[in-house]
Amino acid sequence: MTEFGLRLAISLTQIAAVMGIVVITVLILTLAERKVLGWMQDRMGPMEVGPYGILQPFADAIKLFFKEDIIPAGANKFLFTMAPILCLIPAFIGFAVIPWGPNQTFEVGGITVRPFVISDINIGILYVLAFASLGAYGIILGGWASNSKYSLLGGLRSAAQIISYELNVGLSIVGVLILGGSLSLVKITDAQAGGFWHWYVFALPAPQIFALVVYVISSVAETNRVPFDLPEAESELVAGFFTEYSGLRFAFFFLAEYANMVLVSCVAAALFLGGWNAPYPGTIMAFIGLPSLAWAENTMWFAVKTYSFLFLFFWLRATLPRLRYDQLMRFGWKVLLPIALGNIVVTALAVFFFQ
Amino acid sequence: MSQLFFGYFAGMIVITSILVVALKNPVYSALSLLVMFFHVAGLFITLHAEFLAAVQIIVYAGAILVLYLFVVMILNVTQDDRYHSQWRIAGVVCIPLFIESLLLLSGGAGAVNTGSRSLQSGPDGAIATDNTLAIGKTLYSTYLFPFEVASLVLLVAMIGAIVLAKKDIGQRET
Repeated sequence: MTEFGLRLAISLTQIAAVMGIVVITVLILTLAERKVLGWMQDRMGPMEVGPYGILQPFADAIKLFFKEDIIPAGANKFLFTMAPILCLIPAFIGFAVIPWGPNQTFEVGGITVRPFVISDINIGILYVLAFASLGAYGIILGGWASNSKYSLLGGLRSAAQIISYELNVGLSIVGVLILGGSLSLVKITDAQAGGFWHWYVFALPAPQIFALVVYVISSVAETNRVPFDLPEAESELVAGFFTEYSGLRFAFFFLAEYANMVLVSCVAAALFLGGWNAPYPGTIMAFIGLPSLAWAENTMWFAVKTYSFLFLFFWLRATLPRLRYDQLMRFGWKVLLPIALGNIVVTALAVFFFQ
Repeated sequence: MSQLFFGYFAGMIVITSILVVALKNPVYSALSLLVMFFHVAGLFITLHAEFLAAVQIIVYAGAILVLYLFVVMILNVTQDDRYHSQWRIAGVVCIPLFIESLLLLSGGAGAVNTGSRSLQSGPDGAIATDNTLAIGKTLYSTYLFPFEVASLVLLVAMIGAIVLAKKDIGQRET
Protein backbone atom coordinates (compact mmCIF):
# COMPACT_ATOMS: atom_id res chain seq x y z
CA MET A 1 0.00 0.00 0.00
CA THR A 2 2.90 2.35 0.74
CA GLU A 3 4.23 1.62 -2.73
CA PHE A 4 0.87 2.56 -4.21
CA GLY A 5 0.82 5.71 -2.07
CA LEU A 6 4.31 6.69 -3.18
CA ARG A 7 3.43 6.05 -6.82
CA LEU A 8 0.32 8.20 -6.47
CA ALA A 9 2.28 10.99 -4.76
CA ILE A 10 4.92 10.99 -7.52
CA SER A 11 2.29 11.05 -10.25
CA LEU A 12 0.41 13.88 -8.56
CA THR A 13 3.64 15.88 -8.19
CA GLN A 14 4.38 15.40 -11.88
CA ILE A 15 0.86 16.41 -12.87
CA ALA A 16 1.03 19.50 -10.66
CA ALA A 17 4.41 20.46 -12.13
CA VAL A 18 3.19 20.06 -15.73
CA MET A 19 -0.04 21.96 -15.03
CA GLY A 20 1.98 24.73 -13.40
CA ILE A 21 4.33 24.98 -16.36
CA VAL A 22 1.42 25.06 -18.82
CA VAL A 23 -0.43 27.78 -16.89
CA ILE A 24 2.75 29.87 -16.61
CA THR A 25 3.33 29.39 -20.35
CA VAL A 26 -0.20 30.60 -21.02
CA LEU A 27 0.42 33.67 -18.87
CA ILE A 28 3.61 34.39 -20.80
CA LEU A 29 1.78 33.82 -24.08
CA THR A 30 -0.95 36.36 -23.37
CA LEU A 31 1.70 39.02 -22.89
CA ALA A 32 3.93 37.71 -25.70
CA GLU A 33 1.04 37.75 -28.16
CA ARG A 34 0.24 41.41 -27.48
CA LYS A 35 3.91 42.38 -27.54
CA VAL A 36 4.65 40.49 -30.77
CA LEU A 37 1.52 41.88 -32.45
CA GLY A 38 2.52 45.33 -31.24
CA TRP A 39 6.03 45.10 -32.65
CA MET A 40 4.76 43.74 -35.94
CA GLN A 41 2.34 46.67 -36.21
CA ASP A 42 5.11 49.12 -35.25
CA ARG A 43 3.82 49.95 -31.76
CA MET A 44 4.88 49.07 -28.23
CA GLY A 45 2.12 46.76 -26.95
CA PRO A 46 1.15 46.95 -23.24
CA MET A 47 3.58 49.20 -21.34
CA GLU A 48 1.70 50.48 -18.27
CA VAL A 49 1.62 47.63 -15.73
CA GLY A 50 5.04 46.92 -14.28
CA PRO A 51 8.38 47.55 -15.99
CA TYR A 52 7.93 47.25 -19.75
CA GLY A 53 4.42 45.89 -19.19
CA ILE A 54 5.53 42.48 -17.94
CA LEU A 55 2.91 42.37 -15.16
CA GLN A 56 0.05 42.76 -17.65
CA PRO A 57 -1.00 39.05 -17.47
CA PHE A 58 -1.53 39.35 -13.70
CA ALA A 59 -3.59 42.49 -14.15
CA ASP A 60 -5.71 40.68 -16.74
CA ALA A 61 -6.14 37.67 -14.45
CA ILE A 62 -7.23 39.82 -11.49
CA LYS A 63 -9.67 41.69 -13.72
CA LEU A 64 -11.22 38.43 -14.96
CA PHE A 65 -11.54 37.10 -11.40
CA PHE A 66 -13.46 40.11 -10.15
CA LYS A 67 -15.72 40.64 -13.14
CA GLU A 68 -19.42 40.07 -12.66
CA ASP A 69 -20.46 36.60 -13.72
CA ILE A 70 -23.53 36.86 -15.94
CA ILE A 71 -25.77 34.00 -17.00
CA PRO A 72 -28.08 35.27 -19.75
CA ALA A 73 -31.85 34.90 -19.42
CA GLY A 74 -33.13 31.79 -21.15
CA ALA A 75 -29.74 30.12 -21.06
CA ASN A 76 -29.44 26.50 -20.12
CA LYS A 77 -27.73 27.00 -16.75
CA PHE A 78 -26.31 23.50 -16.39
CA LEU A 79 -24.70 23.34 -19.81
CA PHE A 80 -23.69 27.00 -19.68
CA THR A 81 -21.66 26.19 -16.57
CA MET A 82 -20.35 22.87 -17.88
CA ALA A 83 -19.18 24.09 -21.29
CA PRO A 84 -16.05 26.02 -20.20
CA ILE A 85 -14.93 23.07 -18.04
CA LEU A 86 -15.59 20.64 -20.92
CA CYS A 87 -13.40 22.88 -23.06
CA LEU A 88 -10.61 23.18 -20.50
CA ILE A 89 -10.17 19.54 -19.43
CA PRO A 90 -9.35 18.10 -22.90
CA ALA A 91 -6.90 20.94 -23.47
CA PHE A 92 -4.92 20.09 -20.33
CA ILE A 93 -5.25 16.30 -20.28
CA GLY A 94 -3.23 15.83 -23.48
CA PHE A 95 -0.04 17.02 -21.81
CA ALA A 96 0.15 13.71 -19.90
CA VAL A 97 1.93 11.94 -22.76
CA ILE A 98 4.26 14.73 -23.96
CA PRO A 99 7.94 13.93 -23.32
CA TRP A 100 9.59 17.13 -22.08
CA GLY A 101 13.11 15.81 -21.72
CA PRO A 102 15.38 12.79 -22.11
CA ASN A 103 14.00 9.33 -21.52
CA GLN A 104 15.99 8.73 -18.34
CA THR A 105 14.76 7.13 -15.13
CA PHE A 106 15.74 7.19 -11.48
CA GLU A 107 14.65 5.16 -8.48
CA VAL A 108 12.71 6.50 -5.50
CA GLY A 109 12.03 3.90 -2.80
CA GLY A 110 12.09 1.03 -5.28
CA ILE A 111 9.88 2.75 -7.83
CA THR A 112 11.18 3.71 -11.27
CA VAL A 113 10.32 7.34 -12.01
CA ARG A 114 10.39 8.99 -15.40
CA PRO A 115 10.84 12.65 -14.55
CA PHE A 116 10.07 14.12 -17.97
CA VAL A 117 6.89 12.36 -19.00
CA ILE A 118 3.83 11.76 -16.82
CA SER A 119 2.84 8.56 -18.59
CA ASP A 120 4.37 6.77 -21.55
CA ILE A 121 1.37 4.89 -22.88
CA ASN A 122 1.69 2.87 -26.06
CA ILE A 123 -1.04 4.83 -27.88
CA GLY A 124 0.32 8.26 -26.89
CA ILE A 125 -0.47 10.20 -30.06
CA LEU A 126 -3.93 8.68 -30.44
CA TYR A 127 -4.66 9.71 -26.86
CA VAL A 128 -3.77 13.32 -27.72
CA LEU A 129 -5.95 13.21 -30.85
CA ALA A 130 -8.87 11.68 -28.95
CA PHE A 131 -8.94 14.40 -26.35
CA ALA A 132 -8.26 17.18 -28.85
CA SER A 133 -11.40 16.14 -30.71
CA LEU A 134 -13.43 16.41 -27.51
CA GLY A 135 -12.61 20.09 -27.15
CA ALA A 136 -15.31 20.73 -29.76
CA TYR A 137 -18.03 19.74 -27.27
CA GLY A 138 -17.24 22.58 -24.92
CA ILE A 139 -17.44 25.03 -27.81
CA ILE A 140 -20.71 23.77 -29.34
CA LEU A 141 -22.45 23.31 -26.02
CA GLY A 142 -21.32 26.75 -24.86
CA GLY A 143 -22.71 28.22 -28.06
CA TRP A 144 -25.98 26.35 -27.76
CA ALA A 145 -26.53 26.91 -24.03
CA SER A 146 -26.04 30.69 -24.34
CA ASN A 147 -29.44 31.08 -26.04
CA SER A 148 -27.99 33.55 -28.52
CA LYS A 149 -27.94 33.36 -32.31
CA TYR A 150 -24.36 34.56 -32.57
CA SER A 151 -23.17 31.99 -30.07
CA LEU A 152 -25.08 29.17 -31.75
CA LEU A 153 -23.70 30.03 -35.18
CA GLY A 154 -20.18 30.31 -33.76
CA GLY A 155 -20.52 26.95 -32.05
CA LEU A 156 -21.84 25.19 -35.16
CA ARG A 157 -19.12 26.68 -37.33
CA SER A 158 -16.53 25.50 -34.89
CA ALA A 159 -17.97 21.98 -34.90
CA ALA A 160 -17.76 21.72 -38.69
CA GLN A 161 -14.31 23.28 -38.73
CA ILE A 162 -12.85 21.05 -36.03
CA ILE A 163 -14.21 17.87 -37.62
CA SER A 164 -12.85 18.83 -41.04
CA TYR A 165 -9.39 19.80 -39.88
CA GLU A 166 -9.01 17.06 -37.28
CA LEU A 167 -8.99 14.61 -40.18
CA ASN A 168 -6.07 16.44 -41.76
CA VAL A 169 -4.17 16.51 -38.45
CA GLY A 170 -4.68 12.77 -38.09
CA LEU A 171 -3.62 11.99 -41.66
CA SER A 172 -0.60 14.31 -41.66
CA ILE A 173 1.02 12.48 -38.75
CA VAL A 174 0.58 9.02 -40.31
CA GLY A 175 3.83 9.49 -42.26
CA VAL A 176 5.70 10.08 -39.00
CA LEU A 177 4.07 7.01 -37.48
CA ILE A 178 5.20 4.91 -40.47
CA LEU A 179 8.78 6.16 -40.03
CA GLY A 180 8.76 5.83 -36.27
CA GLY A 181 6.99 2.49 -36.13
CA SER A 182 5.25 3.37 -32.88
CA LEU A 183 2.37 5.42 -31.49
CA SER A 184 4.23 6.37 -28.31
CA LEU A 185 5.56 9.93 -28.34
CA VAL A 186 8.52 8.86 -26.21
CA LYS A 187 9.57 6.21 -28.73
CA ILE A 188 9.03 8.55 -31.70
CA THR A 189 11.21 11.22 -30.09
CA ASP A 190 13.91 8.70 -29.18
CA ALA A 191 14.04 7.51 -32.78
CA GLN A 192 14.95 11.04 -33.95
CA ALA A 193 18.13 11.38 -31.88
CA GLY A 194 21.50 12.27 -33.41
CA GLY A 195 21.31 15.57 -35.23
CA PHE A 196 18.73 17.55 -37.15
CA TRP A 197 19.13 15.37 -40.26
CA HIS A 198 17.44 12.60 -38.26
CA TRP A 199 14.38 14.74 -37.46
CA TYR A 200 11.38 13.49 -39.37
CA VAL A 201 10.98 16.79 -41.22
CA PHE A 202 14.28 16.16 -42.97
CA ALA A 203 14.85 12.44 -42.43
CA LEU A 204 15.55 10.19 -45.38
CA PRO A 205 14.07 8.24 -47.09
CA ALA A 206 10.87 10.30 -46.76
CA PRO A 207 11.18 13.89 -45.47
CA GLN A 208 7.89 14.86 -43.83
CA ILE A 209 8.07 18.53 -44.78
CA PHE A 210 4.66 18.56 -46.50
CA ALA A 211 3.16 16.70 -43.57
CA LEU A 212 4.54 19.37 -41.23
CA VAL A 213 2.98 22.14 -43.33
CA VAL A 214 -0.39 20.35 -43.38
CA TYR A 215 -0.14 19.68 -39.65
CA VAL A 216 0.63 23.29 -38.77
CA ILE A 217 -2.13 24.73 -40.95
CA SER A 218 -4.67 22.21 -39.65
CA SER A 219 -3.71 22.76 -36.04
CA VAL A 220 -4.09 26.52 -36.47
CA ALA A 221 -7.59 25.78 -37.73
CA GLU A 222 -8.28 23.32 -34.93
CA THR A 223 -7.33 25.83 -32.25
CA ASN A 224 -9.60 28.48 -33.86
CA ARG A 225 -6.79 30.94 -34.44
CA VAL A 226 -6.48 33.60 -37.15
CA PRO A 227 -6.80 33.13 -40.16
CA PHE A 228 -9.24 30.32 -39.30
CA ASP A 229 -11.00 31.97 -36.36
CA LEU A 230 -14.46 31.83 -37.94
CA PRO A 231 -16.11 30.50 -34.77
CA GLU A 232 -15.33 33.84 -33.15
CA ALA A 233 -15.26 36.13 -36.18
CA GLU A 234 -15.93 39.49 -34.56
CA SER A 235 -16.99 41.25 -37.74
CA GLU A 236 -19.92 38.85 -38.25
CA LEU A 237 -20.59 37.05 -34.95
CA VAL A 238 -19.67 39.60 -32.21
CA ALA A 239 -17.43 37.11 -30.39
CA GLY A 240 -18.76 33.76 -31.61
CA PHE A 241 -19.43 30.99 -29.14
CA PHE A 242 -18.34 32.96 -26.07
CA THR A 243 -20.33 36.11 -26.80
CA GLU A 244 -22.42 35.66 -23.65
CA TYR A 245 -19.60 34.55 -21.37
CA SER A 246 -17.97 36.83 -18.85
CA GLY A 247 -15.65 36.71 -15.89
CA LEU A 248 -14.12 33.41 -14.85
CA ARG A 249 -16.04 31.31 -17.39
CA PHE A 250 -14.68 33.46 -20.22
CA ALA A 251 -11.23 33.02 -18.68
CA PHE A 252 -11.66 29.24 -18.90
CA PHE A 253 -12.35 29.40 -22.65
CA PHE A 254 -9.40 31.71 -23.05
CA LEU A 255 -7.13 29.40 -21.05
CA ALA A 256 -8.34 26.40 -23.05
CA GLU A 257 -7.55 28.10 -26.37
CA TYR A 258 -4.01 28.95 -25.30
CA ALA A 259 -3.41 25.57 -23.66
CA ASN A 260 -4.50 23.95 -26.94
CA MET A 261 -2.00 26.12 -28.79
CA VAL A 262 0.77 24.97 -26.45
CA LEU A 263 -0.34 21.35 -26.84
CA VAL A 264 -0.33 21.33 -30.65
CA SER A 265 3.05 23.10 -30.63
CA CYS A 266 4.46 20.46 -28.27
CA VAL A 267 3.11 17.66 -30.46
CA ALA A 268 4.54 19.29 -33.59
CA ALA A 269 7.93 19.65 -31.90
CA ALA A 270 7.90 16.06 -30.67
CA LEU A 271 6.73 14.48 -33.93
CA PHE A 272 8.49 16.50 -36.60
CA LEU A 273 11.38 18.41 -34.99
CA GLY A 274 12.88 15.70 -32.80
CA GLY A 275 11.32 16.78 -29.51
CA TRP A 276 13.97 17.34 -26.86
CA ASN A 277 16.82 16.23 -29.14
CA ALA A 278 19.40 18.91 -29.90
CA PRO A 279 20.03 19.70 -33.61
CA TYR A 280 23.57 18.30 -33.24
CA PRO A 281 24.53 14.76 -32.14
CA GLY A 282 24.73 14.37 -28.35
CA THR A 283 24.71 17.37 -26.04
CA ILE A 284 27.18 20.15 -25.24
CA MET A 285 26.87 19.36 -21.53
CA ALA A 286 28.06 15.80 -22.12
CA PHE A 287 30.86 17.15 -24.36
CA ILE A 288 32.28 19.46 -21.69
CA GLY A 289 32.03 16.71 -19.06
CA LEU A 290 28.73 17.41 -17.31
CA PRO A 291 26.48 14.60 -18.60
CA SER A 292 24.29 14.84 -15.50
CA LEU A 293 23.13 18.28 -16.67
CA ALA A 294 22.31 17.16 -20.22
CA TRP A 295 18.60 17.13 -19.36
CA ALA A 296 18.64 20.91 -18.90
CA GLU A 297 19.98 21.40 -22.42
CA ASN A 298 17.47 18.92 -23.88
CA THR A 299 14.53 20.50 -22.09
CA MET A 300 15.69 23.90 -23.32
CA TRP A 301 15.68 22.65 -26.92
CA PHE A 302 12.14 21.37 -26.46
CA ALA A 303 11.08 24.77 -25.12
CA VAL A 304 12.80 26.55 -28.04
CA LYS A 305 10.99 24.39 -30.59
CA THR A 306 7.63 24.80 -28.88
CA TYR A 307 8.02 28.55 -28.60
CA SER A 308 9.00 28.81 -32.29
CA PHE A 309 5.69 27.24 -33.20
CA LEU A 310 3.87 29.56 -30.80
CA PHE A 311 5.61 32.52 -32.40
CA LEU A 312 4.40 31.25 -35.77
CA PHE A 313 0.82 31.41 -34.44
CA PHE A 314 1.28 35.10 -33.54
CA TRP A 315 3.05 35.83 -36.80
CA LEU A 316 0.14 34.36 -38.79
CA ARG A 317 -2.29 36.43 -36.75
CA ALA A 318 -0.43 39.63 -37.56
CA THR A 319 -0.07 38.77 -41.25
CA LEU A 320 -3.12 37.03 -42.67
CA PRO A 321 -6.74 38.17 -43.07
CA ARG A 322 -9.57 35.83 -42.09
CA LEU A 323 -10.81 33.30 -44.64
CA ARG A 324 -14.42 33.12 -45.75
CA TYR A 325 -16.31 30.06 -44.51
CA ASP A 326 -16.61 28.31 -47.88
CA GLN A 327 -12.94 29.03 -48.59
CA LEU A 328 -12.06 27.42 -45.29
CA MET A 329 -13.97 24.25 -46.09
CA ARG A 330 -12.71 24.07 -49.68
CA PHE A 331 -9.12 24.56 -48.53
CA GLY A 332 -9.39 21.84 -45.91
CA TRP A 333 -11.05 19.20 -48.06
CA LYS A 334 -9.67 19.93 -51.54
CA VAL A 335 -6.11 21.09 -50.81
CA LEU A 336 -4.88 19.80 -47.45
CA LEU A 337 -6.58 16.40 -47.53
CA PRO A 338 -5.10 15.32 -50.92
CA ILE A 339 -1.65 16.53 -49.82
CA ALA A 340 -1.89 14.53 -46.59
CA LEU A 341 -3.10 11.40 -48.43
CA GLY A 342 -0.37 11.77 -51.06
CA ASN A 343 2.21 12.10 -48.30
CA ILE A 344 1.05 8.81 -46.76
CA VAL A 345 1.38 7.00 -50.11
CA VAL A 346 4.83 8.46 -50.86
CA THR A 347 6.12 7.77 -47.35
CA ALA A 348 4.82 4.21 -47.35
CA LEU A 349 6.43 3.51 -50.74
CA ALA A 350 9.73 5.10 -49.69
CA VAL A 351 9.87 3.13 -46.45
CA PHE A 352 8.95 -0.07 -48.27
CA PHE A 353 11.67 0.30 -50.91
CA PHE A 354 14.54 2.00 -49.07
CA GLN A 355 14.34 0.79 -45.49
CA MET B 1 -9.67 -4.23 -8.55
CA SER B 2 -10.46 -5.05 -12.18
CA GLN B 3 -13.86 -6.43 -11.10
CA LEU B 4 -14.57 -3.10 -9.41
CA PHE B 5 -13.66 -1.16 -12.58
CA PHE B 6 -15.74 -3.50 -14.71
CA GLY B 7 -18.72 -3.06 -12.40
CA TYR B 8 -18.42 0.73 -12.54
CA PHE B 9 -18.05 0.91 -16.33
CA ALA B 10 -20.80 -1.63 -17.01
CA GLY B 11 -23.19 0.06 -14.59
CA MET B 12 -22.56 3.49 -16.05
CA ILE B 13 -23.02 2.14 -19.59
CA VAL B 14 -26.41 0.68 -18.66
CA ILE B 15 -27.56 3.84 -16.86
CA THR B 16 -26.43 6.27 -19.56
CA SER B 17 -27.83 4.07 -22.35
CA ILE B 18 -31.22 4.17 -20.67
CA LEU B 19 -30.90 7.93 -20.22
CA VAL B 20 -30.21 8.35 -23.96
CA VAL B 21 -33.70 7.11 -24.79
CA ALA B 22 -35.45 8.30 -21.62
CA LEU B 23 -34.40 11.96 -21.50
CA LYS B 24 -36.73 14.40 -23.23
CA ASN B 25 -34.20 17.00 -24.26
CA PRO B 26 -32.30 15.68 -27.32
CA VAL B 27 -29.15 17.61 -26.38
CA TYR B 28 -29.07 15.86 -23.01
CA SER B 29 -29.62 12.55 -24.79
CA ALA B 30 -26.61 13.21 -27.00
CA LEU B 31 -24.55 14.09 -23.94
CA SER B 32 -25.43 10.90 -22.12
CA LEU B 33 -24.44 9.06 -25.29
CA LEU B 34 -21.08 10.85 -25.01
CA VAL B 35 -20.67 9.66 -21.41
CA MET B 36 -21.57 6.16 -22.56
CA PHE B 37 -18.91 6.18 -25.31
CA PHE B 38 -16.37 7.18 -22.68
CA HIS B 39 -17.26 4.28 -20.45
CA VAL B 40 -17.17 1.85 -23.36
CA ALA B 41 -13.65 3.12 -24.04
CA GLY B 42 -12.88 2.54 -20.37
CA LEU B 43 -14.13 -1.03 -20.71
CA PHE B 44 -11.76 -1.53 -23.66
CA ILE B 45 -8.88 -0.27 -21.50
CA THR B 46 -9.66 -2.79 -18.75
CA LEU B 47 -9.38 -5.43 -21.51
CA HIS B 48 -5.93 -4.04 -22.50
CA ALA B 49 -7.27 -2.92 -25.88
CA GLU B 50 -5.95 0.66 -25.73
CA PHE B 51 -6.02 1.12 -29.49
CA LEU B 52 -9.72 0.28 -29.67
CA ALA B 53 -10.40 2.63 -26.76
CA ALA B 54 -8.68 5.54 -28.52
CA VAL B 55 -10.43 4.78 -31.81
CA GLN B 56 -13.76 4.53 -29.98
CA ILE B 57 -13.33 8.06 -28.66
CA ILE B 58 -11.87 9.55 -31.86
CA VAL B 59 -14.49 8.10 -34.20
CA TYR B 60 -17.67 7.98 -32.13
CA ALA B 61 -17.25 10.74 -29.59
CA GLY B 62 -15.03 13.02 -31.68
CA ALA B 63 -16.76 12.84 -35.04
CA ILE B 64 -20.11 11.07 -35.21
CA LEU B 65 -21.67 12.45 -32.06
CA VAL B 66 -20.59 16.00 -32.94
CA LEU B 67 -22.57 15.62 -36.17
CA TYR B 68 -25.60 14.41 -34.19
CA LEU B 69 -25.36 17.46 -31.96
CA PHE B 70 -24.99 19.60 -35.06
CA VAL B 71 -28.29 18.30 -36.47
CA VAL B 72 -30.09 18.55 -33.12
CA MET B 73 -29.03 22.17 -32.72
CA ILE B 74 -29.84 23.22 -36.27
CA LEU B 75 -33.33 21.72 -36.00
CA ASN B 76 -33.57 23.38 -32.57
CA VAL B 77 -35.85 20.71 -31.11
CA THR B 78 -35.66 21.57 -27.43
CA GLN B 79 -38.55 19.32 -26.49
CA ASP B 80 -40.18 16.96 -28.90
CA ASP B 81 -42.92 14.78 -27.46
CA ARG B 82 -43.70 12.98 -30.71
CA TYR B 83 -41.15 10.25 -30.08
CA HIS B 84 -41.98 9.81 -26.42
CA SER B 85 -45.45 8.39 -27.06
CA GLN B 86 -44.02 5.29 -28.72
CA TRP B 87 -43.45 3.28 -25.56
CA ARG B 88 -46.11 0.74 -26.57
CA ILE B 89 -44.22 -0.18 -29.76
CA ALA B 90 -41.00 -0.21 -27.78
CA GLY B 91 -42.54 -2.58 -25.26
CA VAL B 92 -43.69 -4.96 -27.98
CA VAL B 93 -40.17 -4.99 -29.44
CA CYS B 94 -38.53 -5.35 -26.05
CA ILE B 95 -40.47 -8.35 -24.69
CA PRO B 96 -39.09 -10.90 -27.20
CA LEU B 97 -35.57 -9.48 -26.79
CA PHE B 98 -35.88 -9.77 -23.02
CA ILE B 99 -37.08 -13.38 -23.25
CA GLU B 100 -34.24 -14.18 -25.63
CA SER B 101 -31.60 -12.79 -23.30
CA LEU B 102 -33.13 -14.69 -20.38
CA LEU B 103 -32.96 -17.90 -22.42
CA LEU B 104 -29.35 -17.20 -23.37
CA LEU B 105 -28.34 -16.49 -19.78
CA SER B 106 -30.05 -19.52 -18.26
CA GLY B 107 -30.43 -22.33 -20.80
CA GLY B 108 -27.38 -21.83 -22.97
CA ALA B 109 -24.97 -21.39 -20.05
CA GLY B 110 -22.71 -24.26 -21.12
CA ALA B 111 -22.33 -22.97 -24.65
CA VAL B 112 -21.63 -19.41 -23.46
CA ASN B 113 -18.98 -20.65 -21.05
CA THR B 114 -16.93 -22.43 -23.70
CA GLY B 115 -17.26 -19.40 -25.93
CA SER B 116 -16.00 -17.00 -23.30
CA ARG B 117 -13.12 -19.31 -22.40
CA SER B 118 -11.88 -19.37 -25.97
CA LEU B 119 -12.29 -15.61 -26.17
CA GLN B 120 -10.16 -15.10 -23.08
CA SER B 121 -7.41 -17.46 -24.12
CA GLY B 122 -7.27 -15.91 -27.59
CA PRO B 123 -6.07 -12.35 -26.88
CA ASP B 124 -3.72 -13.36 -24.03
CA GLY B 125 -0.90 -13.86 -26.51
CA ALA B 126 -1.69 -10.55 -28.20
CA ILE B 127 -1.61 -8.57 -24.93
CA ALA B 128 2.02 -9.48 -24.43
CA THR B 129 3.03 -7.72 -27.65
CA ASP B 130 1.96 -4.28 -28.86
CA ASN B 131 -1.82 -4.17 -29.00
CA THR B 132 -1.89 -1.87 -32.06
CA LEU B 133 0.60 -4.08 -33.88
CA ALA B 134 -1.46 -7.17 -33.13
CA ILE B 135 -4.65 -5.59 -34.47
CA GLY B 136 -2.85 -4.37 -37.60
CA LYS B 137 -1.28 -7.75 -38.29
CA THR B 138 -4.57 -9.64 -37.86
CA LEU B 139 -6.51 -7.14 -39.92
CA TYR B 140 -4.10 -7.20 -42.85
CA SER B 141 -3.41 -10.94 -42.91
CA THR B 142 -6.27 -13.12 -41.61
CA TYR B 143 -9.09 -10.67 -42.23
CA LEU B 144 -7.74 -8.90 -45.33
CA PHE B 145 -10.68 -9.86 -47.56
CA PRO B 146 -13.47 -8.78 -45.15
CA PHE B 147 -11.50 -5.59 -44.51
CA GLU B 148 -11.33 -4.75 -48.22
CA VAL B 149 -15.03 -5.57 -48.66
CA ALA B 150 -15.88 -3.26 -45.76
CA SER B 151 -13.87 -0.43 -47.31
CA LEU B 152 -15.66 -1.00 -50.63
CA VAL B 153 -19.05 -0.83 -48.89
CA LEU B 154 -18.02 2.44 -47.22
CA LEU B 155 -16.87 3.83 -50.57
CA VAL B 156 -20.25 2.99 -52.10
CA ALA B 157 -22.00 4.71 -49.18
CA MET B 158 -19.79 7.78 -49.64
CA ILE B 159 -20.49 8.01 -53.36
CA GLY B 160 -24.20 7.54 -52.63
CA ALA B 161 -24.16 10.38 -50.12
CA ILE B 162 -22.46 12.69 -52.64
CA VAL B 163 -24.98 11.79 -55.36
CA LEU B 164 -27.91 12.40 -53.00
CA ALA B 165 -26.52 15.71 -51.73
CA LYS B 166 -25.47 17.13 -55.09
CA LYS B 167 -28.78 17.04 -56.94
CA ASP B 168 -27.48 19.27 -59.72
CA ILE B 169 -24.98 16.71 -61.07
CA GLY B 170 -27.47 15.33 -63.58
CA GLN B 171 -28.95 18.72 -64.45
CA ARG B 172 -25.63 20.29 -65.34
CA GLU B 173 -24.92 17.60 -67.91
CA THR B 174 -28.19 18.01 -69.80
